[in-house]
Amino acid sequence: MSHAAGDPRLIGAQQAPRKPWRLSWSDPRTRNVVWQVVVIGAVGAVLWYLIGNTNRNLAARHIATGFGFLGRTAGIPIGEQPIPYNSATDTFAKALLEGILNTLKVAVVGIILATIWGTLIGIGRTSRNWLVARLTAIYVETLRDIPVLLQLLFWYTLLQGLPAPRQAMRLGSIFLSNRGIKIPVLVWSGAYSWAVLGGVLGIGLTVVWARWAKRRRDETGSAPPVWPVALGLIIGLPVLIWALLGAPHVVDAPALHGFNFVGGATITPEYAALLLGLSIYTAAYIAEIVRSGIQSVPHGQWEAAGALGLRRGTVLRMVVLPQALRVIIPPMTSQYLNLTKNSSLAVAIGYQDIVSIANTTLNQTGQAIEGIAIIMAVYLVISLSISLFMNWYNARMALVER
Amino acid sequence: MDETPAILLEQVNKWYGSMHVLRDVSLSVAQGERVVVCGPSGSGKSTMIRCINRLEEHQQGRIVVDGTELTDDLRALDAIRREVGMVFQSFNLFPHLTILENCTLAPIQVRKMKRVEAEELAMEYLRRVRIPEQAKKYPGQLSGGQQQRVAIARALCMRPKIMLFDEPTSALDPEMIKEVLDTMVGLAETGMTMVCVTHEMGFARQVANRVVFMDRGEIVESGEPNALFENPQTDRLRLFLSQILRGH
Amino acid sequence: MSIALSSGATPARERPPLGTTGPVGWLRANLFGSWWSTALTLALGYVVVRFLWGFIDWALIRAVWTVPMGPHGPDATICRQMKGAGACWAVIGDKWRFILFGQYPYNEQWRPGICVALFIALYAASANRAFWRRELLYLWLGTLAVIFALMWGGFGPLQFVPDDQWGGLPITLILATFGLVAAFPLAILVALGRRSKELPVVRILCVVYVELIRGVPLISLLFMASVLFPLFMPEGLNPDKLLRAQVAIILFAGAYLAEVVRAGLQALPKGQSEAAEALGLSYWRKTRLIILPQALRLVIPPLVNTFIGFFKDTSLVLIIGIYDLLTAGKVALADPAWTGFAAEVYLVLAAIYFMFCFAMSRYSHGLELRLAAARGR
Ligand SMILES: Nc1ncnc2c1ncn2[C@@H]1O[C@H](COP(=O)(O)OP(=O)(O)OP(=O)(O)O)[C@@H](O)[C@H]1O
Ligand SMILES: [Mg+2]
Repeated sequence: MSHAAGDPRLIGAQQAPRKPWRLSWSDPRTRNVVWQVVVIGAVGAVLWYLIGNTNRNLAARHIATGFGFLGRTAGIPIGEQPIPYNSATDTFAKALLEGILNTLKVAVVGIILATIWGTLIGIGRTSRNWLVARLTAIYVETLRDIPVLLQLLFWYTLLQGLPAPRQAMRLGSIFLSNRGIKIPVLVWSGAYSWAVLGGVLGIGLTVVWARWAKRRRDETGSAPPVWPVALGLIIGLPVLIWALLGAPHVVDAPALHGFNFVGGATITPEYAALLLGLSIYTAAYIAEIVRSGIQSVPHGQWEAAGALGLRRGTVLRMVVLPQALRVIIPPMTSQYLNLTKNSSLAVAIGYQDIVSIANTTLNQTGQAIEGIAIIMAVYLVISLSISLFMNWYNARMALVER
Repeated sequence: MDETPAILLEQVNKWYGSMHVLRDVSLSVAQGERVVVCGPSGSGKSTMIRCINRLEEHQQGRIVVDGTELTDDLRALDAIRREVGMVFQSFNLFPHLTILENCTLAPIQVRKMKRVEAEELAMEYLRRVRIPEQAKKYPGQLSGGQQQRVAIARALCMRPKIMLFDEPTSALDPEMIKEVLDTMVGLAETGMTMVCVTHEMGFARQVANRVVFMDRGEIVESGEPNALFENPQTDRLRLFLSQILRGH
Repeated sequence: MSIALSSGATPARERPPLGTTGPVGWLRANLFGSWWSTALTLALGYVVVRFLWGFIDWALIRAVWTVPMGPHGPDATICRQMKGAGACWAVIGDKWRFILFGQYPYNEQWRPGICVALFIALYAASANRAFWRRELLYLWLGTLAVIFALMWGGFGPLQFVPDDQWGGLPITLILATFGLVAAFPLAILVALGRRSKELPVVRILCVVYVELIRGVPLISLLFMASVLFPLFMPEGLNPDKLLRAQVAIILFAGAYLAEVVRAGLQALPKGQSEAAEALGLSYWRKTRLIILPQALRLVIPPLVNTFIGFFKDTSLVLIIGIYDLLTAGKVALADPAWTGFAAEVYLVLAAIYFMFCFAMSRYSHGLELRLAAARGR
């Protein structure tokens, strides 16, 4: 396709004089136009009919369309609040925003966990150890053949079956109970904010340094080290700032007080079940993608690299993975999209993601069209962003070859 | 010349499952010697040559390369892989790296060379195989013959003492075969120890000190090329030669 | 090269060294190849044995299979006394009819039973390549008609059962199968539309449809079906819940199937289309006689995989309250006599879904290998 554009014969063909358009049924162009008009007409008529019905139905039920309800006080209690929210005063718009953030919270963490876990399983599938290869194969085949909703319900039931807080299972200062997972957190102080700022600065400096190092390698042939400097800038700098500010570290550990815990942070059973279920399920698909990616690299590549004296780890890192990634990334994108869309199953176990909150909203206000439009719009934007990012990344990876 | 042989195989045996693919193979290659291995398909040529740098493991007998015996010891393996270069029938260049990067990867990673030095070295060998102008291209952009010459340069960049070739020209079109063979002849003239699986009889006559004929996992005959080709001692070699000649 | 010289299996003059073949050799090569592999084998082996033993202990050894009847139905006290140490399979014994057939009148449940058997027979017949002919289409339509007739009844001795009383496995099978059958023609049209270069308007419509549906979760379509479809319909016309969900699933399946079909169309060499045109076939004839038969054959394995996806996804109708297999299981658990035995019910549900999906995925895998081999020739 691409080089056809440069072919002089084809350019000539394109510029050849066009035949005059005859208004006759035997002219294909006439047919094409007529067909398209018919299709537009049919689709338009169906839409016209549906919209007309809808308007009459809405009028009969005295529902006014529009997004005006977003400014009204919601009164939806929200258990999981990424940003502070008050159900007595805050609006529907704010409640929906909480929902969006909750969706993102589960999708982003889920994608990271599923990728790590799926990659491990996928590598295990190619293992020369029979037990490892068998077990990972069983994992993949079993989990892919059970509906993810059933798996979510199962995990949620298991987490709810944990003992009450007073008999909580304990791992150090982490508590597992039917109220969720309690974990200790660092008490935030000014020093951390400065350290985070230092880290951001470090990332910026690293980018500048890497550019400079690359230019220098191109010019003089000797490349200044990049990784040690990057490590120093991104990790060392924040740690240094934190240490200079007196290295404050107050840990807020959860403790049992009466029938419940005080202190620490909570991972709710709903969030934990959703995260666990989605990551474990999606990891099965990611494992297959990783496996076929690794196996798509011919065996000769391993042999040639081995014959040059490279160690297995180096071969994997420098020769096999860069090639496998190009096969892996496109299907991986659609798994990320699937995980994000499946996070909408949250509504079945009571985690308040965007679907759950929009659903409550439309039940309370009767604004069904708007509620569903919001859900769809949110997912379309997320889907589009992920696929745009992945396309960009893919283009970059593909460029490496030619 | 040194007394110790560059490569020594003693009574080497290998099985795939219960299929016996190397039978009591014994072979000694002196430093600087050039040995051509030929034989019918499936006779174990590739298997033998791949045992020499332990891409395959042998199960009985001894293989000593450059004074180091091949065992399970990983350190010995590293040492041998560093001294033995290999060229494959299917080139096996790394498609995601440029020609130059293909050549510098191992010197940098294994020999811990500085990048500039590695690049200089690589350019020197790319000049020697007569394609320095392709250094910035990717393997997919080169012809088969050019790719095979890069593969030779890549192996040479490790400055090996021994070079193994497994049918380096059999995936190539006739006009490309010559450019690769010329490169190999040039290499032979530098005194490199070479073991080469090939059916190019002209090449064998021109550079080989010795030709080894294998069949069914055994070394059936070996000797100076002209003597071996003109005067085969066994029926098997006679049949093989007649088929080779008919094939050409 | 000649094969004549080295032909035949070489007679083993000497046995391979001990421990490289046979069971010992296998163990060495596959489980104890290096000390790292050995460590992995031992650690994983320990975990697997512990887990399996724990599971067997729970599911078989300490399990409770039946419970006595109390004054208000079954009395699960013995189960509760186990405190989770053993499975309570009595819940399945009591509820299996409900889980499989939902609220379908108890005495008529042989009808959905036959329907499930018909579905399985239909799948099995379609799996056989000898039956891949036009007649198979009629077989599908005929079987589906018989299934609906049996489920509804209302003729002869069969009592009429409205579809809001249907439930359980037949609903899952109907939603998935009927969804596939109805979505398929839609998908073919959309796939063809998306590839048509001369009809930009049609192409854009198809792209928007496919990308829109694939960009949103199925749940949002099901919500749409349950709350918006009634608004779309003229007053007084209110299609029932099952039909609305079925329409949502068809719309959903149509978009995904269209992409599968499009991949098949793309994989077909261009020469086929050109050859057909050179013979003077019109667009529709060319498509119907030359392109589609080949393209569809090509995509049967991914089609089966997509179907597995729909089969699992039908479980989402739980959220809008339709009585499929999963919903029936969940409702069974709401019975106060049996609360707290969710794990048992979920495991059985998982096993049912697994059997269907595993059979299909094995089949699709085998088919893929055979088709690839046939193409390789
Ligand atoms: N990985 C393997 N597993 C099982 N058998 C193998 C394997 N590799 C090679 N063999 C068998 O070992 C025998 C020797 O193979 P080898 O590749 O050494 O032959 P060759 O002489 O190089 O043949 P060719 O000229 O075709 O390359 C053959 O019968 C082959 O089928
Ligand atoms: Mg060979």
